[in-house]
Amino acid sequence: MLQRSSKHPQQQLSLGRRLLRDRVLLLFALPGVGLIIAFHYVPLLGNVIAFKDYQPFLGIGGSDWSGWENFSVIFNGDPAFLRALKNTLILTCLQSVFVFPAPIVLALLLNSLFSERIKRIAQSILYLPHFMSWVIVVALFQQMLGGNGLLNNYLRSHDLATINIVGNSELFHVLLTSQIIWKDTGWATILFLAALSQIDSQLYEAASVDGANRMKQLWHVTLPGLRGIIILLFILRLGDSLTVGFEQIILQQQAVGRDVSEVLDTYVYNNGVLGGAWGVAAAVGLVKGIVGVILVLTANKVAHIFGEQGVYQK
Amino acid sequence: MTQAVVSRPTAPARKIVQGVPMPSWPMRIFKGLVLLVFCAVVIIPFVGVISTSVAPNKQINESGGLVLLPKSVNFAAYQSLFSGGVVTQALFVSIFVTVVGTLLSLTVSCLLAYALSRPGFAAGRPILLVVLFSMLFSPGIIPTYLTVKGVGLLDSIWALIVPTMISAFNVVVLRAFFMNLPNEITESARIDGASELKTFVFIVLPLSKAVLSVIGLFYAVAYWNAFFSALLYLNDSKLWPLQLVLRTYVINDTQLGSAELGTELLPPQASIQMAILVVSIVPILIIYPFLQRHFAKGVLTGAVKG
Repeated sequence: MLQRSSKHPQQQLSLGRRLLRDRVLLLFALPGVGLIIAFHYVPLLGNVIAFKDYQPFLGIGGSDWSGWENFSVIFNGDPAFLRALKNTLILTCLQSVFVFPAPIVLALLLNSLFSERIKRIAQSILYLPHFMSWVIVVALFQQMLGGNGLLNNYLRSHDLATINIVGNSELFHVLLTSQIIWKDTGWATILFLAALSQIDSQLYEAASVDGANRMKQLWHVTLPGLRGIIILLFILRLGDSLTVGFEQIILQQQAVGRDVSEVLDTYVYNNGVLGGAWGVAAAVGLVKGIVGVILVLTANKVAHIFGEQGVYQK
Repeated sequence: MTQAVVSRPTAPARKIVQGVPMPSWPMRIFKGLVLLVFCAVVIIPFVGVISTSVAPNKQINESGGLVLLPKSVNFAAYQSLFSGGVVTQALFVSIFVTVVGTLLSLTVSCLLAYALSRPGFAAGRPILLVVLFSMLFSPGIIPTYLTVKGVGLLDSIWALIVPTMISAFNVVVLRAFFMNLPNEITESARIDGASELKTFVFIVLPLSKAVLSVIGLFYAVAYWNAFFSALLYLNDSKLWPLQLVLRTYVINDTQLGSAELGTELLPPQASIQMAILVVSIVPILIIYPFLQRHFAKGVLTGAVKG
């Protein structure tokens, strides 16, 4: 009888017979794998249109090859492309500096609370915004900080000067950053809180016996305990450097204009799907994807060199 | 007496477990206040939106927009939303996409994850690589759009479900959970003559309720919140889900007239807008408490084993 057991060596059976034996499992895997291939790997191949003069009525196969022509916006520095690149880089820097550390600070605060009950209540409140769509978040910010929002109505009713925040192109990058902080800081504490609970409490006792005050304990015990997870998340963040919030920006682009709001993803959407420059948009998207992969692999390599685990093992 | 003896050691014991001495009172009060401010920043927008949607017209006009505490409660805005116009239509689309999508996603993901979790599955390794590799990069907006168009899903409600039906990350989380189940359980089911399908449905799934509810929540929230796929793939406004309606009538401030609402009953725009917001927020608020206790568990299985 063909029975699968981890005890007996598998090599006795040929691959064909093993596949036949596991046909039910293959059938289980089929729909999922099919979907991944159809909507992940097939589009990946579809990136060939970056090298084509794509015409919708001719299809991908029928369109002419155009070599590297579509990439000229990148290599020759087309102003619209450079503008998108610049905004992307600004936003990515703002996010690394302000969005990334926020959950670490909040997790330290939550972790230092003595009442478990207060901690749990605070967590359930702070996790909530993560589950709201960008449409809702943008609408809520409008209602709170917009021209007719709660803040400005309050200022107006007290005869104070109003503050123009939503729809102000000068503050747009700050607004985007604060929206991300509002939405995701609470949720992002989950991983840090888990890492904090793994730190051996004897380390704190030993430090305390050695005369370390709370600040020193934080520096010499808590932060080293968080190092692994911080590096892991930072590598992942780095891989996403060129992805800075697409839905969020598309929703607010009209109000502030493209000068401050065009990023690489919106450039691809606006030029490709809306503008019909399919090849150019695909070329920019392709380069963005490749740069992202290179960034993750490099960052991971650097982490290995410094003796950290990183995202995957060698 | 016994009470005192039993309870006394616990207080110092807690201090030792926490490792750090009890902070001073001013410090504790300060932390409490900071936390209170954070929670207020999260909650106040929701309170404002819900209050405004039920507040009387006069109060809304006086405040100029958002109301934090309604003087009286009326549901006129909801009545006009649910009288069969654009919003009712969109609500049905969103509910359909979320319910059908989540069921399909869970089925497909669990089947794949279960197959990958079986020790010695002949095709396990290559299939796992296909799944993991897909997480490394996204194929890009343009080729994805062209693929969806190529399979004829444009302007179909299925465009909101099929392309995003499976998430490699969720499959990895589920697989890690299935692998952690004691092998003896499935083994003994097999010895008793249960087929692979029976083992999966009657043994494995009932043991995985915690992870299923978290992953189900992730999928459901993603479907409910999906905005860009609708914007990208649907031109026909009859197929619009709630999020697109929300964008058009709340963020872009397009007027909702009696033609769109399908009723002559017209409360002020502000309360209608807030009511649409509430309709799109409330379903999440309802399922949230039920699933919350599983969060840490579900997320961490993925993080640790992934």
